Amino acid sequence: MDRLDERPFPPGDYDVVVVGSGPGGLQTAYSLARTGVSRTAVISRDPAPGGMFRRFPVYQRLISWTKPDAPFERGTREYEWYDHNSLVGDEREHQALAPEFMDRAFDVPARPEMEAALVEFATRGGVRVRYGCEWLSTRRDDAGFVLATSDGEYRCRVCVFAIGLTEPWVAPIPGLEAAPHYAAANAPERYQGKSVFIVGKRNSAFELAQGLLPWARRIVLGSPRPVETGMLAFSPLSIRYLSPYTQHIRGGTGSYVVDAAIERVERHADGYRIHASGTTWEGELELESDEVIAATGFRAPVCDLPSVGVAMVNDGRMPAQTPYWESISVPGMYFAGNVTQASPGLHKHGATSGSGSVYGFRYNARVLAQHIAQKHFGLARERHPLHRDEVVPYLLRELAHAPELWTQKGYLARVVDVDGADGIRDEGIVPLADFVDRDGGGACAVAVEYDATGTIIPVVYVRGDRRLVEHALSPHPLHTFDTDEHRRQLAECLAPLLSR
Amino acid sequence: MEAPTASYVDALARLSLFADLPHPQLEALAHSFDEEVFGEGQRVIRQDVTGGGFYVILDGEAKVVIDGQERARLTRGDFVGEIAILADEPPTADVIATSLLRCLIIPDNELKAFLHQHPSVMYRMLQIEARRLRAANVWTG
Repeated sequence: MDRLDERPFPPGDYDVVVVGSGPGGLQTAYSLARTGVSRTAVISRDPAPGGMFRRFPVYQRLISWTKPDAPFERGTREYEWYDHNSLVGDEREHQALAPEFMDRAFDVPARPEMEAALVEFATRGGVRVRYGCEWLSTRRDDAGFVLATSDGEYRCRVCVFAIGLTEPWVAPIPGLEAAPHYAAANAPERYQGKSVFIVGKRNSAFELAQGLLPWARRIVLGSPRPVETGMLAFSPLSIRYLSPYTQHIRGGTGSYVVDAAIERVERHADGYRIHASGTTWEGELELESDEVIAATGFRAPVCDLPSVGVAMVNDGRMPAQTPYWESISVPGMYFAGNVTQASPGLHKHGATSGSGSVYGFRYNARVLAQHIAQKHFGLARERHPLHRDEVVPYLLRELAHAPELWTQKGYLARVVDVDGADGIRDEGIVPLADFVDRDGGGACAVAVEYDATGTIIPVVYVRGDRRLVEHALSPHPLHTFDTDEHRRQLAECLAPLLSR
Repeated sequence: MEAPTASYVDALARLSLFADLPHPQLEALAHSFDEEVFGEGQRVIRQDVTGGGFYVILDGEAKVVIDGQERARLTRGDFVGEIAILADEPPTADVIATSLLRCLIIPDNELKAFLHQHPSVMYRMLQIEARRLRAANVWTG
């Protein structure tokens, strides 16, 4: 990494400009550098790597696990499934950096540990960034894009925005603007003996509630949507829901979780009055509280992108994207990092991807880098040849252990092309939605998915003669997907394809 | 679809399907189920692929395609995907956006509970299905 006073990538013409130096930007820059796209500039308004982890979560503890010791050796591909916080490197010394910094007080890292791991990745991986360079505005020209920054103009054919979801978003509730946002919440001890109303019932709301449990006199969380207890097991949030929510369902020992639309918030000399209407129950609620905190989420700091035609989703909070994370309305503009959660994939049975977390979007970024290199610069990725007899054992191994398939369930798939002029080829990891929606010759994809009941299953998609056939293989109580029975089932699914 | 668009909850409020829902229920609907926005040419529902949801169009247009043949056009207020879910079979058609398309999506495994909780939506849905059925009968008859 350059010292901060050595500033690479001066304004000028580039093939690709990446904006952002959080985990999404770092992973994209790292992976792009290894595809052969040579003229890439990486710029960031921050003074150092880390993105949101330079500051958040406010109470300094992540919710995504890293198991320093696991059934597989650190640094192996299989180990990545046990380490949801490290970025992914192509060389051993760039791999599995998060566990190196953990003190093991918990199985999830503290914020400074995460930040240190990201800095280390940038250092060891040689990810160069022009820090202190703020992107200010955007325009399109014949050759692509012009990004105006605090240092001058960058012209590029392709741009990648890895800008996080970092702008506080306050729900349009009358009076709520008087309350601080999650991002401005005080240290937990400042709430000692107070009653606190938290607007919101998602990640940041429960993080606050958990942090305030030892201090506040009473905590009420309120939002229209009920907590879906059935979904908790699938949610990385369960670690935080646990205490505030169980206290509520056991009778509310000072913490309550209320399903209500917040109609308005009134500020008065001694605190706040909250007016709410029940959603899962009928009636009104009027509540006094010493403090109110708006944990209503964040939006992507998209600057002027909507004015150049970028379509937004999620109430205007994120750019809408194709399966390859390209703007659905502005070709050549891509996104990386946790805004890639706005590219929902197949969304089968409502399952969400892991793209809102490092463990998911690190793979999106790697796939994106290869996609940009191939589509825009003609740099084809190496496609390993496979012998006919190798296909079944290879895909079975992927189903059993590929971290991309396990972290990005029903979202990323391993694809093998069968009909190419150059024989059977491994097409790599691709977005499942792209495989399903693409026409083409004989090919197959395997993915790990949740079925309608939430059971994890291996799924095989076989495309032959323009028609796609989906096969769900059997689940296994220990998720062991490389049994003889799975081998038999997979071989049966692929037989029509491989016997052509 | 021109920016600035209506907020998600306002976009839901103007659909006849949800006309009987009081404001708190609309807020709960908006908080419970995702909005998705598709570009022209993107697939929304996939023929023969399981696990698809129930889609309600908030803005934009889409076409229904069966085995490569266009069969119908959909626009604001129309909904698709419910037949596959109710019949517990994969969709028999593709639905493809023909413009920028904004939808509400209710996942297959949550539709039943949603309709049970909101009988007024179920009744309006049945009314629309009845009209569709009658139109189809006239057409084939």
